[in-house]
Formats: sequence, C-alpha cells, structure tokens
Amino acid sequence: MSTGTTDRLGMALNVATVAASEPERRRRRPLSTAGAWLIFIIGFLYFFVPLFATFEFSLRAAKRDPVTDELIKPSLAAYENTFADPAFWSSLAYSFTVGLITIAVSLLLIVPTAYWVRLRVPRLRPAVEFVTLMPFVIPPVILVFGIIRIYSGPPLALTNTPNGSDILLVGAYVVLSFPYMYRAVDTGLAAMDVRSLTEAAQSMGAGWPRIIWQVIFPNLRAAILSGAFLTLAIVIGEYTIATFLVGTKPFGPYLSLLGQNKAYEPAAVSLISFGITWAAMGMLALLGRGTRGRVQVAGAR
Amino acid sequence: MTFLELKHVRKDFGAVVAVQDFDLDAETGEFVSFLGPSGCGKTTTLRMIAGFETPTAGAIHIDGRDVTTMPPNKRNVGMVFQSYALFPNMTVAENIGFGLKVRHRPGGEIKRRVGELLDLIHLPDRGDRYPYQLSGGQQQRVALARALAIEPSVLLLDEPLSALDAKIRVALRHEIRQIQRQLGITTVYVTHDQEEALELSDRIVVMSEGRIEQVGSPFEIYNFPKTGFVASFVGTLNAIPARIEDAASGQLLLGGQHIRSASPFEGARGDAVAVALRPEMISLEGIEASTADSGDNRVRATIEEVSFLGAVVRFKVRVGEGDESARIDVDTFNNPNLAVPSTGSPATITFPPDACLVLGRDTGIRGVDALAAAEAML
Repeated sequence: MSTGTTDRLGMALNVATVAASEPERRRRRPLSTAGAWLIFIIGFLYFFVPLFATFEFSLRAAKRDPVTDELIKPSLAAYENTFADPAFWSSLAYSFTVGLITIAVSLLLIVPTAYWVRLRVPRLRPAVEFVTLMPFVIPPVILVFGIIRIYSGPPLALTNTPNGSDILLVGAYVVLSFPYMYRAVDTGLAAMDVRSLTEAAQSMGAGWPRIIWQVIFPNLRAAILSGAFLTLAIVIGEYTIATFLVGTKPFGPYLSLLGQNKAYEPAAVSLISFGITWAAMGMLALLGRGTRGRVQVAGAR
Repeated sequence: MTFLELKHVRKDFGAVVAVQDFDLDAETGEFVSFLGPSGCGKTTTLRMIAGFETPTAGAIHIDGRDVTTMPPNKRNVGMVFQSYALFPNMTVAENIGFGLKVRHRPGGEIKRRVGELLDLIHLPDRGDRYPYQLSGGQQQRVALARALAIEPSVLLLDEPLSALDAKIRVALRHEIRQIQRQLGITTVYVTHDQEEALELSDRIVVMSEGRIEQVGSPFEIYNFPKTGFVASFVGTLNAIPARIEDAASGQLLLGGQHIRSASPFEGARGDAVAVALRPEMISLEGIEASTADSGDNRVRATIEEVSFLGAVVRFKVRVGEGDESARIDVDTFNNPNLAVPSTGSPATITFPPDACLVLGRDTGIRGVDALAAAEAML
C-alpha cells in the first residue's frame, strides 16, 4: 500500500472517530449538566435548609396585637426583642472594638514580620509558619488557663487591673489570628515582586517606614482585608477565651447566655450575626475590587 | 574625569566567590556594559554599585565620594530592573514622581518634571494610567523615567530588555541610548545579550566566573579578543583543531592542509592548538565575488549543510578527513542571485592570516579550554 493510501485511510479513520465521538459527547452533555445541577441543589439545600429552619423557628415568637390584644404568629417579635435588648448592642460593640484592635495589633506584628522574612531571611519561613500555626495545636481552653495563670500574679498581675482582662483578651485573639493573618499576608507578598519593589523604592531614596507604608501596605490591601475579615469573624464568635477572661461582655458568651434563657431570640441573633458576616464579606469584596489585576508580573503583558 | 570607580571589589556569598578583583573606572557620561553569561557576577557587581549588596573587600567611589557601605537610599543612584518594579498601587505619574516626593520637592515642580519625563519617553497622555494598563515596553519606559526623575548621579540598568519581545527590545535600546546621550548620564548596563552590549556601549566589560576577562570598546572586544572566553562568547566563532608546524612563523596544519597565522605563537611542532576564526572572515570561493588576497589561506573543504538565516546564509563545511578533520561555519550575505552549492559538493574556503587567533591549552588563557571547545564542535 502506498504511503498516500495509508494517509487517506488514517484520515478516514480519524474522521470516523470524530464523527462517532461527537454524538456521544452530545448524548453525555445533558447527563453531566443534570449531575452538576443535582450537586448544586444538594449543596444549596445543605446550607440553606438549616438557615431557613432557624429563620422559621425565629418567627414562631408570638407578638401581641396592641389593638386586639391577640397573639400574632408568625411575627418578628424575636428580632424586635433582640434589637431592644441593650446587652445585644453592648456585646456587639464590645466584640467589634476588640476585633478592630486585634486586627490593628495583628497587622502591625504580621506585616513587617512576613515582609522581613520574605525579603531578608527566607530560610526562616518554615519556622515562622510553624509558630503561626500554634493556635491550631493549642486548644483555646489551655491557652486561656495559661494566660490567667501567668497574668493573675506578680510581676504581671493584669487580671486585677481595670482593663487588664480586656488587654489580655486582645492579646489572646492576636495569637488566634496568626494562622489566618500570616497566611493572607504571606500570599499577598508572594503575589508581588517584594524585593524589586523594595529596591526600586530604596534607589529613589525611600527609607523603611515609607517603603512599608506607601509601597508594601497598599499592594497588600486585598490580602490584609481577607486576614482582617477572618480575624473579625473569629473574634465575634469566640466563646471559650472570652468567657474565662471577661465573662459575658463579648458577643459569643452573650449569645450562649441568651440560648440558656430564651427560646426564639438565639435563633434571631444567629441570623443577625450571619447577616453581619455577609455584610462584612460584601464590604471586603467592595474594598478589594480596585486591587484586582494591579499586582503585576513582569512581562505578563 | 573618572566618575564611577571600583577598586579591587570582591563579593563572597559564604564559600562562593561571586566577584573578585574587579577594577573599573568609568568617565562622566560614559555608557559601560557588563557582559557575560548567567552567574558571572555582573548583576552582583551592579547591585554593589546600587548599594543592595555590600562588597566583602574593595571600595566603590561615585563622583569622588566613597559609597562602599552607604545605604542605597543615600546614594542617588537610579536603577531600572528587569521586572520593571513599578509600584502597582500608583499611577504612571505617581510612579515617576515618587522619588521627588521622597525628596520633599514642591508639588508644582514634581508635576512639571513628571510632564517633561512623560514627553521624553513618548507617553505624554499615559500619566493617569496604572502600570497594569500598559504594555511591557511602555512599563519599562516608565521605569526608566522614574529612575531619571531624581537626576541620579549614575544610572544602573539590570537586563532591562530581557522580558520584552525582539522588536520592542531593539526599538527600546535605541531609545535608551538616545536618552542617555541626551542627558549625558553615567550609565552601567548589565546584559547577557552581546548584540545589545555591542550596539549600546562606549565600553564593554566582559565577565566570566566573577572576573573581568576584558575591558574595551565594542570594536576592540569583537575584533581583538584577549582571551579564548571573550573570543567564544562575543560573536559566533569557529574553534578549529589544528597542529603547529612552525610556531615562530605562524605555520599550522588544519585538516592536513597548510595555513598561516599573521602572528607567531608559542608551542612546539606537532602540538595541538585551536584556531579561532569568525564565520564572516571566511569566504567560500565560487558562490560570491572573490575578495580573496593572494596571501590568504586557501583550504579545500566539503559542503555539509546550508542554512538560511534571513540576511545571512550559513554554510557548514568539513575540512580534512578522519581524526584531523574539522567543521567550520562560513557566513555569506544572502542575495537572490547566490549560486548555492549542494551538500556534499567540494568547495574552497579562504581567509586572511590576520583573522586567525591561535588558542592553545598552555597559552595562559583563562576561562576556557579552547582545544576542548574545538573538539566538542566536531
């Protein structure tokens, strides 16, 4: 058989294969689409059903009609009661304040550390990563007992001072934020050419404070926001450390206390905190929007 | 007048010697290129001038000031990086004006200077763009403008064109040279691209394994290489194994045929050497108008391969047979009337005696075993 004949035969076989595989692919497509939809629906129900159940339960709190004096069900009474409770607002404000201070302290510690490790001592990165992972290894209850033991007697008897426990709470939360904040910041640093940016700024006369504040920080905005958001979410919902250090002042212990005394309000508060979380995520997406695509890779265009 | 001076500069990274015994005097407004392969120490030397690395030994002076241990932000040295290193959070204008802002110059002055530099780099209407909105070539021009904004005493460029495509690279290197001449700024340019170095530089420093191999003008470096390394690294080079017949009169045997070098060399009759010959110095008789002189070397060869490289046609020819044979590249300018011989046909190559550079194992030439390189080419 000549080479030309062999080629033509090969082409015919290829065409036949293509022709056979095309309808097969078409046949498979509806099945795979249905499978994808099924997975999506299962996933959606998995997340949505508990939320809906909580919401439905929170509406079961009866409300008395001021005119007819009849009990109205379903109602938003649980939400009204929650918003009318000063303890709700004070616990939320306390936790937000602690959260924001935690974020600030954590950033001041983590950003220069992660930056310096990447720039000057990259060989120390595994050690720093290990240290930042410690909160995953040490249970919060051990951490808080350790803190109380050290800071309840001389020379650092902070638990006996007016704001000592609040300071200790921030300190404990800063430690808890390490794994999230370090990873977020380190990933942000990995996305930019830290060394060249630093050296470019240095060659133009900039000192370290200006480099960190004007060059590194702005380019880490999205990463910092992710770390900050995760930290805030942890602080808002944390229970163990907060209870042992400052009692029911923070939002987590308040929510727990509410669950022990009331029926429908805890469900309402859970949904409100969920809403706050979603609002925070929306804010994160909004603030981080301008930074997308700005971190360049040399020669990418 | 010497403006940039490096005296016996050495840099060690642990047990590794990155740069050693580096001496250089650059005049005001001079364009000096560091040329060499990866890992030869050229970027380390540049980084020492910029202040990003501190020399292990030696001294660096800029305009008479000893800057050896001075921090980089105090040196007033402009640097352009291979990766552009533009600040992604700042606009083009903010990037260019950054150094002036650091120097607390008035807002009006910064605006005027940024405008001037945007005109200089031919991007007058791109001031409010972000770096990611520009092409690679435009970004590198902005990086150049940013480095020039502070009116640096020395401009350092670290392989600034490596990340760009070929056409933009050529256009931008003309632009860099033009701007450098216009401003008269002392410039050090690091590259591994010999064409870039040859075109841009007033002087080239060829480096290998942390040492200077040769310093000279592009003409000197290309035509009169002092070492085997320079000869082989700059331009295309035939390194052809040969045997000495009479060293004093420059007589050699190449593929069993007699040739002559213009200069005498050291060695005994029968010693193995390598003859370095540029492809463009060799002519192929019969396919182009003969320019051969009666005193030129004439060697019989066989055509083995013909390659079209655009403007140039490269012939690979074999001289001699068996152990004594050698393969040689011969370049000819392409033209439609060229009578291209077929592979396997006999041919005669000619080259002038002064085009032969004889490299031997025992000539004291450092950095390359010329004979081994020649044998490897076979």
